[in-house]
Amino acid sequence: MANADAAHLEAHATGHDSAAEHDHGPTGWRRWLYSTNHKDIGIMYLVFSIIAGVIGGVLSGFMRMELQEPGIQIFHGLAAMSYGLEGDAALDAGKHMYNVFTTAHALIMVFFTVMPATVGGFGNYFAPLMIGAPDTAFPRINNIAFWLLPPAFLLTLMSLFFEGPAGMYGSGGGWTIYPPFSTSGQPGPAMDFVILSLHVAGISSILGAINLITTIFNMRAPGMTLHKMPLFAWATLVTAFLLLLALPVLAGGITMLLTDRNFGTTFFAPAGGGDPILFQHLFWFFGHPEVYIMILPGFGIVSHIVSTFSRKPIFGYLAMVYAMVAIGFVGFVVWAHHMYTTGLSLDVQRYFVAATMVIAVPTGVKIFSWIATMWGGSISFRTPMLWAIGFIFLFTVGGVTGVVLANAGADRALHDTYYVVAHFHYVLSLGAVFTMFAGWYYWYPKMFGLLYNEKLANAHFWVMFVGVNLIFFPQHFLGLAGMPRRYIDYPDAYGMWNRVSSIGYYITFISLLIFFWVMIDSVRKKRKAPDNPWGDGATTLEWTLSSPPPYHSFSTLPKIDSTNAH
Amino acid sequence: MPHSCLSLTAIHQPNTGGYEVTALTLKRLALTAIGLMAAFPGAAMAQDAGATLIQEGGYAHDGQLGLQRSVTPIMDSIVAFHDGVLMWTITAIVLLVLALLVIVVVRFNAKANPVPSRFTHNTVVEVVWTVVPIIILIVIAVPSFGVLADQITVPDGERKYLGSNIFSFGEVEVPAPEVTVKATGEQWFWTYEYVDQGLFFDSYMLNEEARLAEEVVQPRLLAVDNELVVPVGTTVRLQVTAAPTGVIHAFALPSFGIKIDAVPGRLNETWFNAEETGMFYGQCSELCGKDHAFMPIAIRVVEREEYDAFIAAFENGSYDDAQATLVAAR
Repeated sequence: MANADAAHLEAHATGHDSAAEHDHGPTGWRRWLYSTNHKDIGIMYLVFSIIAGVIGGVLSGFMRMELQEPGIQIFHGLAAMSYGLEGDAALDAGKHMYNVFTTAHALIMVFFTVMPATVGGFGNYFAPLMIGAPDTAFPRINNIAFWLLPPAFLLTLMSLFFEGPAGMYGSGGGWTIYPPFSTSGQPGPAMDFVILSLHVAGISSILGAINLITTIFNMRAPGMTLHKMPLFAWATLVTAFLLLLALPVLAGGITMLLTDRNFGTTFFAPAGGGDPILFQHLFWFFGHPEVYIMILPGFGIVSHIVSTFSRKPIFGYLAMVYAMVAIGFVGFVVWAHHMYTTGLSLDVQRYFVAATMVIAVPTGVKIFSWIATMWGGSISFRTPMLWAIGFIFLFTVGGVTGVVLANAGADRALHDTYYVVAHFHYVLSLGAVFTMFAGWYYWYPKMFGLLYNEKLANAHFWVMFVGVNLIFFPQHFLGLAGMPRRYIDYPDAYGMWNRVSSIGYYITFISLLIFFWVMIDSVRKKRKAPDNPWGDGATTLEWTLSSPPPYHSFSTLPKIDSTNAH
Repeated sequence: MPHSCLSLTAIHQPNTGGYEVTALTLKRLALTAIGLMAAFPGAAMAQDAGATLIQEGGYAHDGQLGLQRSVTPIMDSIVAFHDGVLMWTITAIVLLVLALLVIVVVRFNAKANPVPSRFTHNTVVEVVWTVVPIIILIVIAVPSFGVLADQITVPDGERKYLGSNIFSFGEVEVPAPEVTVKATGEQWFWTYEYVDQGLFFDSYMLNEEARLAEEVVQPRLLAVDNELVVPVGTTVRLQVTAAPTGVIHAFALPSFGIKIDAVPGRLNETWFNAEETGMFYGQCSELCGKDHAFMPIAIRVVEREEYDAFIAAFENGSYDDAQATLVAAR
């Protein structure tokens, strides 16, 4: 069936020999709304991700302003303005609103910024190109997968304006939505909006994953065996499998949450024989693979960039592939390291310590292999390469603090403190986001056919590098000193590092202004990008096409011989 | 469960109108933009007029870089494990990667090395960077498992604990528990019960007025009206749960090295043996609603005789009577 599809598409593609023909496709707004084209859908994912990222980033700005000094600074005022409350009601609503902001920030960044960018955006656009496929296997599923996201996002945003706990607005239970705080603790409809939002976003991701897996298994160009497939396509494949296996568990968990809230079940309510901890197991069985879902595509992107700008083939290709597979596999059996303080037995904690530490080994293989790829190379420090090298360093920092946290004995002091916040922002906000910018600057000329001002783009990198480190490095100190997470106010002793962290936010914010400046400048100057702006180091198939590539990419399917593998 | 009515319950922050606040924030932002340096002197912070109870002891100090000071064998082992093993290891790894990146950038940039080599394999280094991390992890795992087992295993009087010497087989003697305390997380305060005597009381955060009115001013957001009082050098069995119809909280006291979730319908158990007298503070460590940040934990460790007098007064009267026996020591 899929082979027939591929054959059909091949015949279809060869029917047109020139680039950028749209004669049969919809134009104008229909081109986007009705789009079944993987590249157009990829672009839509990326634009969606940028919009969501700005909203999520602004939310964190309010948090950093609040935390800049001890005491409650702005949230009771925000609540007064947003909800028309006064006095103590405004103060209470403000305290809850802070929790709502942390929750919304996390949900937006995870489900509507990172995942749409790495899997939906780059995965959709470049995995088919890299394997020499004219499109994805199920173009219409691709369309619906994308168009489920805006309504999901809207549901999350709407939740901010509905009642959560009595007299307060929004869902403030954290992105982990642990019951009973997400059931009896917040009876209002805000939490139902969040649950439905996650359901819709989850369906979107599952459909996207099915499409990508089918495409990668069935539509590789002749001669491209799995072991010759580029690493980004591999990363996308592993990520898609993680999505397919993890998201249904989340869906099950939040459905139980929904029935507990609305239909009188007691899965998580001890009064009816349920157990709140069950939800944590279900959530983290999804939640831990989820963090690899967010970072694995980035691993693939960084591999290509490092190889391209070192003008050297990837070092240890097979080890890189199987390191990703191993990370994905082991990522499914370590979930309870998020739950060391819940009262797990000694043996259970021992197992999760050991299993979690195992992940450090394939991760180390990847870090060292990137460095070995650069070793002996002839490196040009173009913009994408700066982001990739920045990523390697920052991900190492975030990775080693992960090893610290893996030890239940040490986690006793660090669990639910800012150390954890620092750790996961180093691997995600710095790690995953740096790979997103790396990929964006690497493929921007390919996607839009335009060059950008590299000096400006490099300024974006340096300002952001300083900014994010200033935000998150001091948070290690706060965590070690015991400052708990999700606190609107903190003892005065944590004042200094919080102030530094907030200053880091403002610097990061400036870097994002530079990013938009780079984009506007590029669109205004309209400097046309060549097919391959990066030179002979860029060997994957997308660089053999025009910039932007033609509608169905390959008018004749490329043949992969044994010499130009990956 | 009785909830004693207290005048010092809610937290009253000064409440200004939204627009004023926003203007204030903008001003702060402007100030921030003017001088980054202004951020660094910790002196700019709002400091209390009076001296706090234990500036150097039971909670963090401004600008602190590391873990809080340990007063139990468990925290001794966490500090030894983190500061003595983990910090060195992860610092070394980060510096190694940084050094390799610097070498690569300096030696293999396009100017210094115009012709790239083409190698893609080197079995020896690949084996090394797989095996060496495994060895490092095993070296970490040995004390890690010991530290963990100590935390989870309530002393029976015979088992030896690691303390600071985490590579030993245990050399710190810890007596079996003599006192059992049950802490119940509520929205948003803690209820403590001396299980052996069946005595219980609620512990709320002090609001600013009440806190500053006290003779000895305690740190903001950490000071409580009724602290938990335990004897020094005695093993305390700590049971932790949450109100059956409530939400999850977590009982954490950094100086003791304990953190355990308070889950409705579950009775979790941990233990501590404080080796010093004084007031020690912790905070709720699982998101529990709007006042999550405002339900601190305060444990006062006192001499055995003081504790006995405290309990006797509590049994014959109220918590306030019992607390009165300690005021002199405060």
